[in-house]
Amino acid sequence: MPDRSSQPVLLKGVRRYGEGEPVDVLAADGVIAEIAPDITPPDGAEVIDADGQVLLPGFVDLHTHLREPGREDTETVATGSAAAALGGYTAVFAMANTDPVADNAVIVEHVHRAGQAAGLVDVHPVGAVTVGLNGEKLAELGTMAESAARVRMFSDDGLCVHDPLIMRRALEYSRALGAVIAQHAEEPRLTVGAQAHEGTQAARLGLSGWPASAEESIVARDCILAAHAAARLHICHVSTSGTVDVLRWAKERGTQVSAEVTPHHLLLTDDRLETYDPVNKVNPPLRTGADAKTLREALAEGVVDCVATDHAPHAEQDKDCEWQAARPGMLGLQTALSIVAETMVRPGLLTWRDVARVMSERPAEIARLADQGRPIAEGEPASLTLVDPEARWTVRGAEFASIAANTPYEGMELPARVTTTLLRGRVTARDGRIR
Amino acid sequence: MRHLLAAEGLDRDTITELLDTADGLKQTLLGREVRKLPTLRGRTVITVFYENSTRTRVSFELAGKWMSADVINVSAGGSSVGKGESLRDTALTLTAAGADCVIIRHPASGAAQRLAHWLADSPVAVVNAGDGMHEHPTQALLDAATLREKLGSLDGRRIGIVGDVLHSRVARSNVHLLTCLGAEVTVVAPPTLLPQGIETWPVTVSHEIDAELPSLDAVMMLRVQAERMHGGFFPSAREYAIGYGLSEARAALLPEHAVILHPGPMLRGMEIASRVADAPNALVTDQVANGVHVRMAVLYHLLASEGAESA
Repeated sequence: MPDRSSQPVLLKGVRRYGEGEPVDVLAADGVIAEIAPDITPPDGAEVIDADGQVLLPGFVDLHTHLREPGREDTETVATGSAAAALGGYTAVFAMANTDPVADNAVIVEHVHRAGQAAGLVDVHPVGAVTVGLNGEKLAELGTMAESAARVRMFSDDGLCVHDPLIMRRALEYSRALGAVIAQHAEEPRLTVGAQAHEGTQAARLGLSGWPASAEESIVARDCILAAHAAARLHICHVSTSGTVDVLRWAKERGTQVSAEVTPHHLLLTDDRLETYDPVNKVNPPLRTGADAKTLREALAEGVVDCVATDHAPHAEQDKDCEWQAARPGMLGLQTALSIVAETMVRPGLLTWRDVARVMSERPAEIARLADQGRPIAEGEPASLTLVDPEARWTVRGAEFASIAANTPYEGMELPARVTTTLLRGRVTARDGRIR
Repeated sequence: MRHLLAAEGLDRDTITELLDTADGLKQTLLGREVRKLPTLRGRTVITVFYENSTRTRVSFELAGKWMSADVINVSAGGSSVGKGESLRDTALTLTAAGADCVIIRHPASGAAQRLAHWLADSPVAVVNAGDGMHEHPTQALLDAATLREKLGSLDGRRIGIVGDVLHSRVARSNVHLLTCLGAEVTVVAPPTLLPQGIETWPVTVSHEIDAELPSLDAVMMLRVQAERMHGGFFPSAREYAIGYGLSEARAALLPEHAVILHPGPMLRGMEIASRVADAPNALVTDQVANGVHVRMAVLYHLLASEGAESA
């Protein structure tokens, strides 16, 4: 294979943010070298005929599970990076609930290095807030922040930092590190044995309820704590209308809180639980149609800042079983853009420029990534995603780059597809293939 | 009928047919010295119980045996299930071994439906003998059979279901089945033991048992499911008994013709006073007896009603 690391790439006929007349964009030496109506390809350049496709800044995912170390049978940093590149991502944040837990410099540096070795996407390890995710003692946040991984986001995701005193201290302490605490908002006392969104569907199916209040009460508490600590708080996977109300209130009073929503919470509802197929089991659970509608509106309005996948690979035996025994989570990296197109762009809630905001610019700002989510302009990093907005494709979990195949969208026909991803001028994915 | 997974979705004709078959089988066996029909000779029925049960397992076993099926009982403790084998593998193993019907009880809601999904390409019939907090359709059928025996048609009959509706698969199945047969169902429980969205169920909700009893034709007392409780649903067993238990004084509030049901096992003194449980209008043992006939009817409709090899 030729070394393409320094090969210029010419994108012919792209519409930046889906706006205006098509232009050519030349990427060379890692940056956008030139933007002009008609650029002659330099010697040796790879020319990509975009034919009016939409050019966006590379996507940034604040919430993925890459399962390394510990569950390399379901995903590795390398396979997850490939899925990310194919999904249009140029940076991903790898959650800390690995085995062993990423609660120390050794593990976060391992994940960071594995990401660099794969070289398809910037892999930023998220550090655990508490030792072993047990919610009792702060992990060495400073050491992780100072490590080669330069950790700036901490989360016990999968579990909630439920002790209010520990949460307060984490928020206060993170201030000196310029870091953000990402909370998995779930009051554990209200979700003992919980299996599904607490509502008419779960009651009918005999599944223990997961009340919306378990999420909302923690979000409210933590917004108050963050304001008190003058610290930055990020709310993972917002799933209820009530949480949106709390976020709106907190933002109006100036709290430094940001929030993400997953593609599956924008599209899917607890109607899907009918079959008891655990491919639909996820934490937080699929909520009602009214919640999904509120979340779409909140994302459009900006009360919810961004989209994050909560990409969660699981082995077949942990999904093809009875509901109660199944692990929660679903794949998301290779379907995120299409779900956003389906739920937000097609109904007119977001333009493609807005998609750049919610999938790239805002997440990069929240994580304080200097070289991601940048404008598409000369001199800026050439981390870019090309999207064919007219494409339609059928989801096949087995065809994904992830080792696991647990997608709830199996067999579904979706709009829009990522055709090319560039990371600092290098093509990482093109036409469904990894480079 | 391919499987029996839930009472929800059964139509009135199917239910009536099952109840009529059960009644017919009961009459056929009445007074016989040898209670054995050849109907399911050569068919293999396997019960797989992942939860402890005496009455339901025995009832299914008798139902199969009285129709000459080969019945094999597998319990989660003494099998490869105990070694951590998945439900799916157990299902495929039993099918490969030659089961015609798998009767499953499982603590996970939806387990029977999942089993039917995995066995979709095989001819094996699945019977739900209780899945988590979801359904227990044969219990509802035997309750309906017992009520029909005593009250005649259930059209317009008022039936109270009292107690832990939240965790009760018996309640869910009965609500579907009894309302389908035309009964008016009232559920009586403290708010903590009622599911979210109960207002969307085809029932009336009450928190006051004394106000309901005088107008009921039947009252069904539910077991308080301590094993599914995660604390704090009510302050104490004593307060529960005072508020919702069927004491002798309460039982006296029922109309003279009204009957009392309990799916068992009973917690005497808590859900139901001991003397009330043994009173002539308490039909607990009738329920058990009818259970066998109803389950015979279910097996008959699943395994013998069409393409039966032996009759």
